[in-house]
Amino acid sequence: MMDSLAAVLYLILFPGFVFLLVFGLFCEWVDRKVYARLQNRVGPPLFQPFADLIKLLGKEDIIPKNVDSILFQYTPLIAFAAVMTPIIFIPIWSATALFPLQGDLIIALYLLSIPALALFVIGWSSVSLYPLLGGFRAATMLFGYEVPFILACLSCGIIAGSWRISDITAYLEMYPASMLIVIPGFVIALLALEAKLERTPFDIPQAETEIVGGVLTEYSGKKLAVMRLMDDIRMVVGSSLIAAVFLGGFIVSYGSISWAGTDLTNVINFLLYIAKSLMIVFLLAVIRTLFARIRIDQMLDFSWKYLAMGGIFQLFIAVMYIGILHG
Amino acid sequence: MEKNILIPIGPQHPGFKEPMRLDISIDGEKVVDADIILSFNHRGIEKATEARSYIQNLYLIERVCGICSHAHTTSYCHAVEEILGLQVPDQARYIRTFIGELERIQSHLLWLGIAGHEIGWDTLLMYTWRDRERVNDMLELISGNRVHYAMNTIGGVRRDIAQEDISGLKEGLDLLEKSVKYYIHVITEEETFLMRTRGVGYLSTDKARKLCAVGPTTRASNVKIDVRADDSYAAYLDLDFSVVTAESGDVWGRSIVKTGELVQSIRICRQVLDVLPGGEIRTKAPPKVPTGEAVSRYEAPRGELIYYVKSNGSNMPERVKIRSPTLGNWLVMAEMLKGVYIADVPIVVDAIDPCLSCSARVTMTDYSKGKKVVTTLGALGKWKKGRRGIA
Repeated sequence: MMDSLAAVLYLILFPGFVFLLVFGLFCEWVDRKVYARLQNRVGPPLFQPFADLIKLLGKEDIIPKNVDSILFQYTPLIAFAAVMTPIIFIPIWSATALFPLQGDLIIALYLLSIPALALFVIGWSSVSLYPLLGGFRAATMLFGYEVPFILACLSCGIIAGSWRISDITAYLEMYPASMLIVIPGFVIALLALEAKLERTPFDIPQAETEIVGGVLTEYSGKKLAVMRLMDDIRMVVGSSLIAAVFLGGFIVSYGSISWAGTDLTNVINFLLYIAKSLMIVFLLAVIRTLFARIRIDQMLDFSWKYLAMGGIFQLFIAVMYIGILHG
Repeated sequence: MEKNILIPIGPQHPGFKEPMRLDISIDGEKVVDADIILSFNHRGIEKATEARSYIQNLYLIERVCGICSHAHTTSYCHAVEEILGLQVPDQARYIRTFIGELERIQSHLLWLGIAGHEIGWDTLLMYTWRDRERVNDMLELISGNRVHYAMNTIGGVRRDIAQEDISGLKEGLDLLEKSVKYYIHVITEEETFLMRTRGVGYLSTDKARKLCAVGPTTRASNVKIDVRADDSYAAYLDLDFSVVTAESGDVWGRSIVKTGELVQSIRICRQVLDVLPGGEIRTKAPPKVPTGEAVSRYEAPRGELIYYVKSNGSNMPERVKIRSPTLGNWLVMAEMLKGVYIADVPIVVDAIDPCLSCSARVTMTDYSKGKKVVTTLGALGKWKKGRRGIA
């Protein structure tokens, strides 16, 4: 009884919904602020993303006449749930995640690609040109970035000899030097995540100047707020995943740190987690500043020619490394 | 046969800064055909000029366009001065040139920013528009205004450039030159910018000549026309500058031409500040203009601007006809759009730097039927009535 109550509290408060909400909005602020500062602008105040969310929640919620009402209304919730779930597999305050499973890396990758499919469904059910085009583009892009992303993440799994994120983190902590081996994979995963999050230079499905609001053109009010929040949480969960898989070494689990008689290991680890995620958000914002949006065909070219090839290269390095180590 | 999807872009669309509609037929992600529908904001300025005196018209004509307001008034003044046979003082000629070049700088910087925005690169927009503020500040220093400078009057200019302002202006030009050089570096080196602009919206030299394109659009297709050099006016004959052309004929070429012109404009401005002759800034013009007519050509930032003024001896013109540069570029735009990706439509449209408020009295072109219809004002009204109610 107590266990399940605790589990519910974990899921709702920390590291579940409430934490993701707050951290997601904070990351959005960091992203927007960095983006603005790099562009010679002042940028939004700290509470701006929160204010935007509240305001959107209070706005009129319109369901256009011809849409497929059920798909239109409930797909955002499915996408929202899907992006939040991986957090229970990702180590946050210690080397072990909340509910680690064997093979949870695969589950996390799978759950993180649900939003792209949801966007396609939304585009389809909106019965409107711009969402339709946006949905097609979102689905087409999926074929570009998904393979490199998975290849890069799996290389870490191969090095650690486990497809459990917690094990990868533990392994990287034990052998921090192996983080050097996955640097190419880190770069690939970062670029693929940028594409996954549909941000410049890969913001093709929501290119404002081409297809207006993209997939979300017909959305308003609460549903739009949910989708925007989904984007933020996707960013947080995606960066946490990369942080755990590629930067797992920066964690303290062997031995403990205490100060004035209090055990601070978990606090330190949590702060390290925040720092790692924010660093990745920062890098994502820098990428967003530096490049112009490329076309969908160029994006597919780029991901297959360079990212996927790089992913295979990374996989090769990982296998070689294992072979030399254990061979 | 597969039916092409028709996508209406506009009249209200984030890709366009002013109302215009573009019906594009697409096959997959490629544009097969484009139909341009214009005149959503006809304002009747040409007609309105006939009910105002020559001096009042200056302020009306300045408001034809917010970006090249000086181009319009200068061109108008040249036409009226020609009918009057007025000799404009040297100082006024130089000041007109100076303001005109500053205006070109701010217009091209504005274009570069919008081009960046169209291809999703807002960083370029933020940087160029920050520097555009500097030009606006310089214009404010001279004229007191940032958009409609109200510098021209018939027979000269209304304000002199003060001696104590010259050092500030030179400083501003130095800063601008630095950032313009940086932009040239950026647009020639940055890979994603090249990916989005190279080979996009191609216009051959032949087509550019045949369809009578004007301004940077033509020069990017390697046609060397520039009214400043070909039919010199104001002080351009005394100044040293070169006409920038590019050979690629695509959007990238147009950006190269425009940034190259920024360098030339800064060069012209420096020369003007060095050789300002001083003295009178205006010749007094009589309120009534004798019967006659004149055409004046002016190289506005977007291309050749033509004013035709006909007078009837009273203090109001009988007819003022404006041929704005954007009007000359619609045809080539439709040409450039064929075969590009949907994703490239905004940047191709923007590459001609369309200024709709200048050109909302229009030759309409029906590409689906392959015929051109020159619309009169009356027909335009009927046409609008007929279209009403159609989504």
